Amino acid sequence: MATTSTGDIEKTKSVEVKKKLNVLIVDDDTVIRKLHENIIKSIGGISQTAKNGEEAVNIHRDGNASFDLILMDKEMPERDGLSAIKKLREMKVTSMIIGVTTLADNEEERKAFMEAGLNHCLAKPLSKAKILPLINNLMDA
Amino acid sequence: MDTLVAQLQRQFRDYTISLYHQGFLDDQFTELKKLQDECSPDFVAEVVSLFFEDCEKLIGNMARALDQTGNVDFSLVGSSVHQLKGSSSSVGAKRVKGLCVTFKECCDSQNFEGCVRCLQQVDIEYKSLKAKLQDLFNLEQQIVQAGGRIPQVDI
Repeated sequence: MATTSTGDIEKTKSVEVKKKLNVLIVDDDTVIRKLHENIIKSIGGISQTAKNGEEAVNIHRDGNASFDLILMDKEMPERDGLSAIKKLREMKVTSMIIGVTTLADNEEERKAFMEAGLNHCLAKPLSKAKILPLINNLMDA
Repeated sequence: MDTLVAQLQRQFRDYTISLYHQGFLDDQFTELKKLQDECSPDFVAEVVSLFFEDCEKLIGNMARALDQTGNVDFSLVGSSVHQLKGSSSSVGAKRVKGLCVTFKECCDSQNFEGCVRCLQQVDIEYKSLKAKLQDLFNLEQQIVQAGGRIPQVDI
């Protein structure tokens, strides 16, 4: 870590994203929401959570929501990830969306999820090491 | 002669390693530990506590669904199993996750006896993990109270 002339410590870029991200975490599981919240915090971002796709859509209904990134689970009650992504894209939401799948999902299921409007897919469980390079690459692109 | 702190640290190290080697935990638990810092000093205990609450709730759901003799909604059971598999994989609860894979297969093939067996095993496994992690957290507390630092354990 480099020190500036004022003695402040600069964090190495490899452990944080290049800008402070505002993230929406969409998952019906409390454990996973907590984990993803902490991962986002650990890479210098802030987050809000939604328990399912319907909540995620409702957060965007007034047009004021502005997230850099949405982490979207696939299988959720009320409105699943696929339906939520399609709806958000119809509502002209341009946030980067990363779909979070399980290893049990087959290639066709993953393809359908991507074609709904995702920027990328990652398999659970997420970790800082998994998500940070992807976020930085997607932001560079 | 070992100090108390050194003894406790060695116990902690050995116990942690045994939990991995016996298959209770996997690398994802290591990832959880990496997320714990001065800003989130109790992160692991908090997320693990949420996981055990999840286990109780989902096992209850599965038990009620399987109790509907002759009218079991296997997709409902399967949905709870899917959730439990997700949360167990997220905290590194390796044995619980493994059981969920078998359990899901039983749900998909509507194997009632298999589902009942899996439910019993999942219940036993999560309770066993809960007790072991409680012992681990107690050891951490003892180390800190004795004035020591919790050692990093490389698996």
